[in-house]
Amino acid sequence: MSATASAPVTAISMTVNGKEHSAEVEPRTLLVHFLRDALGLTGTHIGCDTSSCGACVVHLDGDPVKSCTVLAVQADGASITTIEGLAGEDGSLHPVQEGFWEKHGLQCGYCTPGMIMTGAALLERNPHPTEEQIRHELEGNLCRCTGYQNIVRAIQFAAEQSS
Amino acid sequence: MVAAPEAPERMVGKALKRREDPRLITGGAQFLDDVKLPGMTHAAFVRSPHAHARIASIDASAASSMPGVLGVFAGDDFMDLNPLPAAWQAGGVTNHPVTPRVLAVGEVHQVGDPVAVVVAEDAYQARDAAQAVIVTWDPLPAVVDAKKATEAGAPQLHEEAPNNIVLEWSCGKEADRVDAALAAADVRISHHLINQRLIPTPMEPRGSIARFDPATGDYTLWATSQAPHVHRLLLAAFVFGIPEQKIRVIAPDMGGGFGAKIFVYYDMAATMALSKKLGGRPVKFWEDRSENYMTTTHGRDHITDLEIGAGKDGSITALKVKTWANLGAYFSTIAAGIPTTLYGRMVAGCYKIPNIRVDVVAAYTNTAMVDAYRGAGRPEAAYVIERVCDLVAQATGVDPAEVRRRNFIQPEDFPYDTGVGMLPYDSGNYELTLDKALEQVGYTGLRQEQKRRRGAGERKLLGIGLSSYVEVCGVAPSKWIGLPGEGWGAGLWESANVKVHLTGKVVVTTGSLPHGQGHETSFAQLVSDRLGIPYDDIEIEHSDTQAAPFGFGSYGSRSLSVGGTAIYKSVDKVVTKAMKLAAHMLEAAEDDITFENGVFSVKGSSESSKTIQEVALAAHVGYDLPEGMEPFLDETTYYDPPNCTFPFGTHVCVVEVDTETGGIDMLRYLAVDDVGNVVNPLIVDGQIHGGIAQGLAQAMFEGAVYDDDGQLLTGTLSDYAIPKASQLPWYELDRTVTPTSVNPMGVKGAGEAGTIASTPAVANAVNDAVGHLISGEIAMPFTPERVWRAINAH
Ligand code: FES
Ligand code: FES
Repeated sequence: MSATASAPVTAISMTVNGKEHSAEVEPRTLLVHFLRDALGLTGTHIGCDTSSCGACVVHLDGDPVKSCTVLAVQADGASITTIEGLAGEDGSLHPVQEGFWEKHGLQCGYCTPGMIMTGAALLERNPHPTEEQIRHELEGNLCRCTGYQNIVRAIQFAAEQSS
Repeated sequence: MVAAPEAPERMVGKALKRREDPRLITGGAQFLDDVKLPGMTHAAFVRSPHAHARIASIDASAASSMPGVLGVFAGDDFMDLNPLPAAWQAGGVTNHPVTPRVLAVGEVHQVGDPVAVVVAEDAYQARDAAQAVIVTWDPLPAVVDAKKATEAGAPQLHEEAPNNIVLEWSCGKEADRVDAALAAADVRISHHLINQRLIPTPMEPRGSIARFDPATGDYTLWATSQAPHVHRLLLAAFVFGIPEQKIRVIAPDMGGGFGAKIFVYYDMAATMALSKKLGGRPVKFWEDRSENYMTTTHGRDHITDLEIGAGKDGSITALKVKTWANLGAYFSTIAAGIPTTLYGRMVAGCYKIPNIRVDVVAAYTNTAMVDAYRGAGRPEAAYVIERVCDLVAQATGVDPAEVRRRNFIQPEDFPYDTGVGMLPYDSGNYELTLDKALEQVGYTGLRQEQKRRRGAGERKLLGIGLSSYVEVCGVAPSKWIGLPGEGWGAGLWESANVKVHLTGKVVVTTGSLPHGQGHETSFAQLVSDRLGIPYDDIEIEHSDTQAAPFGFGSYGSRSLSVGGTAIYKSVDKVVTKAMKLAAHMLEAAEDDITFENGVFSVKGSSESSKTIQEVALAAHVGYDLPEGMEPFLDETTYYDPPNCTFPFGTHVCVVEVDTETGGIDMLRYLAVDDVGNVVNPLIVDGQIHGGIAQGLAQAMFEGAVYDDDGQLLTGTLSDYAIPKASQLPWYELDRTVTPTSVNPMGVKGAGEAGTIASTPAVANAVNDAVGHLISGEIAMPFTPERVWRAINAH
């Protein structure tokens, strides 16, 4: 969100997908809006206004967070990874991205960036989750299209890659 | 001359991973909210907190002077625009359509009704200012239940619709005849069903971005739209009263639709009009989830009374259905077609029922508008008829599978007219899917186990739910749907253009468009095989009224069967023309030319051949064409099918109900679907998965709830229970293939099958488990509390 003359602003800086960014933002600016509107990283989506859907999940210092529920000023000094920064620098897909493509883990793709970021964080912590653990970990991510089965398969596929 | 290449791999039937995925898994897609135009402004609506009220006054003075605010407008500022159109009125009866205006004027009829709009430089400022607009209200009494709305003394919503009745409609046999058959039946059952209101909830909400060009008077509208051409047509002809070519509608990548993005909404017209008022600055409106839940359309919401007559052998001899359909506060774009043509005419399901009649009353209430939601009428119909089968089974003691078998339309009966005004069903083999499903689930063993548990008085009872469904897809034949009898009042054909460029690359432009279904992949598979041109050389364009000839849009599982056939026929035309040119190039008679795997050859001479790429080049350069032939391989088709298609199948759900807690465990979910021929099994299975999830969620979790004052109690994603990964079972899928002769590909449609089948499968399973312990029907969704209360009611 752009700041206006009358609104007080705070200076912040953070590393996003490996790049340094400094900006002045209204203190109320949500991280998701900062990423999308100020930095143009529109791969992080917004699907709700109650912290329910997980379309907005990014990694903040390595942890998955709902960026609609973090203020941009709270991310001051942090390192953020969004869906745009997940693939390798040579463009090679992250195994979870591969899995979603391979196993038809997406239909409309709106929930997908959040799902992939959550899935990637899960595998960091638990490289070989059971089906039940995967379903449980996706508690905060909603998908209306797939019925989840192929999302489970996608994450299982990624887990198998890293054996 | 070239050597004939090796036969390329057949693409149709292959589980190809989707070509649309790379952009979606890397954050590179462009959804509406990602569209950013130079100088773009932001709109926020001021909404009614009341379900029914008079607007006493609107004071925008404080809001107008807030930072960044460019303007505040109320209903009076849009009186030069007509109300939104009622595009599908029920056929053959009087309708009382009252459609919304851009902003409500004088009176509001639902919570969330927009009464003013603020435009500001950024979205935060627009919201701040919208909150500062002071509206004074005179609240009025509200009604939220369709049946109560039609009763004497109910609050009245619209003068034009006495007793809140939108329409009264019926289909099937004369009431007297059905009553006589009911009276004569061995077994007679009266029953009451509620098909609760659902909120479609595509994960991407809706929005519009409009830009007016003051120099030309043209509008460009980017919208979350399942039907860009229809939106252009309706906005131009009905709302703005300007020629169609003055509006261009573009649908960017779309995060699901499920029907809710078919309709014309207030914000489309509002952003267009506002951009004009602002001298051409683009105006964006992006609803948040709460606004989506309040004001984007809902689905279902039927109250139904049933009278069933059956023989002792389980044959259904008579069925009388009376349904009150809640259409919400106003008439949404195609609302009337859903509880009539798409519901009433499908209530017979896959069964021969000699005496059947459906009466429908559609009513206005102080709730969100109700229109098509995934399945649109067919899930409501399947719920009725599949519950009927199980009720007959329960009353006669005949096994539910046997009841279905006894009443099935048989393979040799097709084309079959069910007697309720639907077009004749094209093809089917219902018993085949039932047998396959029963065998795979181990039906006999499950019934024994069920009996054992009941006999032993176990706490956890087993329920087996069957759902043998048939649905209507590819809804199209203009001469049926367009006639006054069905009331659509327009055609439902589709178009496609196919060009083979000089380089041999193909561009297909289609009026159908995806919002998750993978059209770009399936359509390219289809074209690749037909033209013998590599899959990667085929590009599918869509979603822009300036590019595609015309399309009625993607809904009703019609894209492949209707839109895909338009592509298929355009490809045929390309081949026909290329054949002529190839004959000319090879100096042979056209009759002597064969076309296979992208190569035109002279019969009997393996030496003489031309690839389609060579022919495309010759057609494009155009200096040596047969007499009278136009250059370029470029063909367009407008395709209007002779009939709809009727996919079918049997789903089985096995549940375990804990009689002490009311909790339900889903042990198995198995689906055997027949969607005709399959282009991409990966995509079709994905559609079935998602469909099952949505229908199952209706039975288990979801329900939009209004209180008596018309407040939406399930107004956010934390109150409305769309299912999570941990709440859904593993789906076991199988299929049979009964092609249709309606279209040359033999495809039927798969987008809604799962949703239609699964709700009754689950409902039957739960009722099967505990039906002997309860009286009446447990209302969906089957929360543990409801199930427990039903069991402990006496
Ligand atoms: S946008 Fe839904 S949880 Fe963040
Ligand atoms: S793929 Fe559409 S919401 Fe998940």
